[in-house]
Amino acid sequence: MFDWPILSTIIFLPALGAIFILLIRGEEEVIMRNARAVALWTMLVTFILSLLMLFRFDSASTDFQFVERFNWLGGGIDYALGVDGISVLFVILVTSLMPLCILASWESVTQRVREYMVAFLILETLILGVFCALDIVLFYLFFESGLIPMFLIIGIWGGARRVYASFKFFLYTLLGSVFMLLAVLYMYWQAGTSFIPDLMAHDFTAPAQTWLWLAFFASFAVKLPMWPVHTWLPDAHVEAPTAGSVILAGVLLKMGGYGFLRFSLPMFPLASAMFADFVFVLSVIAIIYASLVAFAQEDMKKLIAYSSVAHMGFVTIGIFAFNQQGVQGAIFQMLSHGWVSAALFLCVGVVYDRLHTREISAYGGLASRMPVYATIFMLFTLANTGLPGTSGFVGEFLPIIGVFQVNTWVAVLAATGIILSACYALSLYRRVSFGTLDNEALRSVTDMNLREIAVLFLPIAATLIFGFWPMPILDLTAASVENLLSLYHNALLTR
Amino acid sequence: MVELIIFLPLLGAVLAGLLGRVISAQTCAIITCVCMTVAAGLSAIIFADVAIYNESQSVTILEWIHVGTFEADWKLRIDTLTAVMLVVVNSISMLVHIYSIGYMRHDPHRPRFFAYLSFFTFAMLVLVTADNFLQLFFGWEGVGLASYLLIGFWFKKPSANAAAIKAFIVNRVGDFGFMIGLAVIYFAVGSIHFDDVFAAAPVLAKGEFMFLGQTVPLLTTICLLLFMGAMGKSAQFLLHTWLPDAMEGPTPVSALIHAATMVTAGIFLVARCSPLFEYAPDALAVVTVVGSITAFFAATVALVQNDIKRVIAYSTCSQLGYMFVALGIGAYQIAIFHLFTHAFFKALLFLGAGSVIHAVEDEQDMRKMGGLREMIPFTWMLMLIGTLALTGFPLTAGYYSKDAIIEAAFAAHSAPHMFAFTLLLITALLTAFYSWRLMFMTFHGKTHLTNDQLSRVHESPPVMMIPLILLAIGALFAGFTFKDLFIGDGQAGFWRAAIFNAADNHILHDLHLVPPFIPYTASIMMVLGFLCAWLFYIRRPNIPKQIAEQQDVIYNFLLNKWYFDEIYDFIFVRPAKWLARLLWKKGDGFIIDGFGPDGIAAQVQRLTKHIVKLQSGYVYHYAFAMLAGIVGLTSWFMLTGGP
Repeated sequence: MFDWPILSTIIFLPALGAIFILLIRGEEEVIMRNARAVALWTMLVTFILSLLMLFRFDSASTDFQFVERFNWLGGGIDYALGVDGISVLFVILVTSLMPLCILASWESVTQRVREYMVAFLILETLILGVFCALDIVLFYLFFESGLIPMFLIIGIWGGARRVYASFKFFLYTLLGSVFMLLAVLYMYWQAGTSFIPDLMAHDFTAPAQTWLWLAFFASFAVKLPMWPVHTWLPDAHVEAPTAGSVILAGVLLKMGGYGFLRFSLPMFPLASAMFADFVFVLSVIAIIYASLVAFAQEDMKKLIAYSSVAHMGFVTIGIFAFNQQGVQGAIFQMLSHGWVSAALFLCVGVVYDRLHTREISAYGGLASRMPVYATIFMLFTLANTGLPGTSGFVGEFLPIIGVFQVNTWVAVLAATGIILSACYALSLYRRVSFGTLDNEALRSVTDMNLREIAVLFLPIAATLIFGFWPMPILDLTAASVENLLSLYHNALLTR
Repeated sequence: MVELIIFLPLLGAVLAGLLGRVISAQTCAIITCVCMTVAAGLSAIIFADVAIYNESQSVTILEWIHVGTFEADWKLRIDTLTAVMLVVVNSISMLVHIYSIGYMRHDPHRPRFFAYLSFFTFAMLVLVTADNFLQLFFGWEGVGLASYLLIGFWFKKPSANAAAIKAFIVNRVGDFGFMIGLAVIYFAVGSIHFDDVFAAAPVLAKGEFMFLGQTVPLLTTICLLLFMGAMGKSAQFLLHTWLPDAMEGPTPVSALIHAATMVTAGIFLVARCSPLFEYAPDALAVVTVVGSITAFFAATVALVQNDIKRVIAYSTCSQLGYMFVALGIGAYQIAIFHLFTHAFFKALLFLGAGSVIHAVEDEQDMRKMGGLREMIPFTWMLMLIGTLALTGFPLTAGYYSKDAIIEAAFAAHSAPHMFAFTLLLITALLTAFYSWRLMFMTFHGKTHLTNDQLSRVHESPPVMMIPLILLAIGALFAGFTFKDLFIGDGQAGFWRAAIFNAADNHILHDLHLVPPFIPYTASIMMVLGFLCAWLFYIRRPNIPKQIAEQQDVIYNFLLNKWYFDEIYDFIFVRPAKWLARLLWKKGDGFIIDGFGPDGIAAQVQRLTKHIVKLQSGYVYHYAFAMLAGIVGLTSWFMLTGGP
């Protein structure tokens, strides 16, 4: 443990960096250079601090650790932070992906650099807050305000149809937020506290659980996204700048899955059990439907966005299997998808910076001009198809064997995803990398430079290392998940 | 030492892959060859250890996945079955590596080629040394990946890319079955380690469970799901379509992956799971039937193909069918024996075909060859040995293993087995016919090469010929030498616990009791096939053309491989594409967005338009609205009695 508030430090360091950037004065050129440097260094220090926190984290304990709690708004609404085995790795995921975003935007973003860096720093603070908050009001605040910087990133630095995309994004998430706010108010009113561990211990009545579950579901399902509230994601991805897509796919989607684990399961166990089949149906549709739609895409980013929807289907299946393999698998899948999809969007960004189009048909034959790129892109394509030896496999396999013990139909239908993912992922790869160089513009294209390779280094390492040896992650999540599940099953038994 | 065998190929692959741009291509090739040679030497030692000194062993490398009660480790398990596979994989791989130095001499991407080849070997070795189903699945998909990469090695060729994706996806269909099988095993046994699962087999055999809404027998389901995986990897009927197309890859790849090693992974899987299959007679019957249909089907298609590599590919498919029949009978030892001998003569045939293709400058159409015997006599001789072994000429390797399968099918005496016996006997004739047809069309008769081409026909360099000679030795003597050990009197002491035969399974014993006319019939079939081929392609070369014209329906049916590609395209590929577009445009675009965000936005806009109309700017409009409001309010107060 630390004798200083480590979580607050990690969360607010980026915000401090943002303030610092706003204070920079000087020529346009100087501001740009310094803003980039400050953002990058702030995020790197945050990353190192979060690793430090991870080393001190006791994976055998099921309690929240590094807890900070101060009276904040009165009436039992506190400023409370803490992490357990379920949330701690998401913190690391955020702090590790953020510096990559800055590096990936190093040359491609030249407009309003200062504001761009500020937006990303604030975004980091808010997302970290989501995963650390132990007070439901605080959580709600972080959860919803995280939208604002993301909204701005798409709306200001986005592509041609950015207004439509950010409007759609906003409309969907607004729908969820409203219900969730009502639910939060009701819970506070009922339980008399907004402290999450206390809420977990509180017994809500069965009808209340149903309504509360649905209200939270509305919000989390949109975030994840689940079918049929997923159509904002492809548009948001297509219009977002590369770094925006990285955060969107890598981190923002995981807030939905995390929400299910933090709120729906422990607080509304009866409703969760009741709605499990409903979630299964939506997830299976998501996997098959999104995989098929991905197959028909002509835009690289849209294809990867739809594949994200399919992959998130495995997450919800795993969570609602309510067993160790399912839930730990779901967490693993979220983390793995975090770096694999982030890397795929970074890969798209690499060629987008060269050709300024995301049309798949504009490419072809890149392997002859860009062998390093082709190799790296191949690795992530394979991870996306869930090949054993990559982290993607562990994340798909565990939910499948988890849910098989509960419902064989779901397992079998979900497993068709391994065939479908091979179809769309390999056909994308083939159309981009293989074949002959037909496009004139491609003939002079250069391979990845050192910066671009460096950006992808961390995802490559994570994909391979945790593919062959996922134990560090599984060990970290085991105790907390076991605790969560035993509480859940006890709650079902006592009713 | 076992670790060295597994990781040397990986080391070679990584070195060649990463250093390919730094060091010369020749150095890369030599590094991988040295790694492979050492690994092959070590596996021979292991084989001797296990076969002679009975030293089974297992080595734990690393924890892999531990979640709740689910445990899978990286662990190497060496028993007789593994040792046999180690020898097959490593020795063939070594020879193919060496051969490729010559064959790929002019390819600019050699480092990549050798890296893939070595990576394949690594994945295959992981597969055969697996100690649990998940590790086996890793190797299983790993070899699939290597196969994908190598088929698509010449990535500029559209046909190669299409074949590569097809191979991967068709294999994934099989893997889907494997994965569900794995889930059932964990569900039923609570473990995926071979020893635990095999120990539970007698109990599983009596078990039932609810699967997809039906009550089904547990063990049979497990076996059939695993067999589905095997069908994909070993290109069995219905999931065979990828194998012929896989010939788009370089010829050494075809020899190593698509003939000698990877495609036999399905055979290995079933043999490894013999303790399960022995208790699942229904599953075994399915294996027999599928195997025999494949053997027959592939042989019929091979009769009319004109691409030299495709003929051999279908022949591989057909021979794999033989092996599955042996498995289905419960004669796992014979299946592995045939796998062992087949690896030699089929690799020989493929590499020999490579030598022919090399000689005629990348021509693969046999109709454009002919009369090559005088120009490349060594290659002819070696191909002849391969052909004799494949057709089961007495004393060659194929004679011992293939005829044993036919005899065993007869000895088994049950409906599916008699079905298999009949088909296999016919297939023996077909095999002899298409094999000799290949020989005659390529090496004999009038040449169809132009004089210009003829002047450049040349024998391959020694680096290619020496591996061929070694394989030829194997094709001639591997059957005779190892017969007793694999399927003869020494078999029980050789295989020990690696292969399980149920107490009532006496097939290896009954084999010797079949009436003598059975082996003779097999040999007669072989001779008949030879005579037909000789008549058709040497004596009366115009007969095939006449038959093709008279029976054009059958001819086209065979030439188009029973129209499998067309049927699959019609049933799966097109509907999937159609559905994908439909879901995207109509599902996402029209319904979800139409009634969701876009619809709401449109409604809001329409509403605001109406509201805007209200703000007309005329005072009397507003006055009227106010008046109406006042009237409404007062009447409401009056009616309800006020607040």
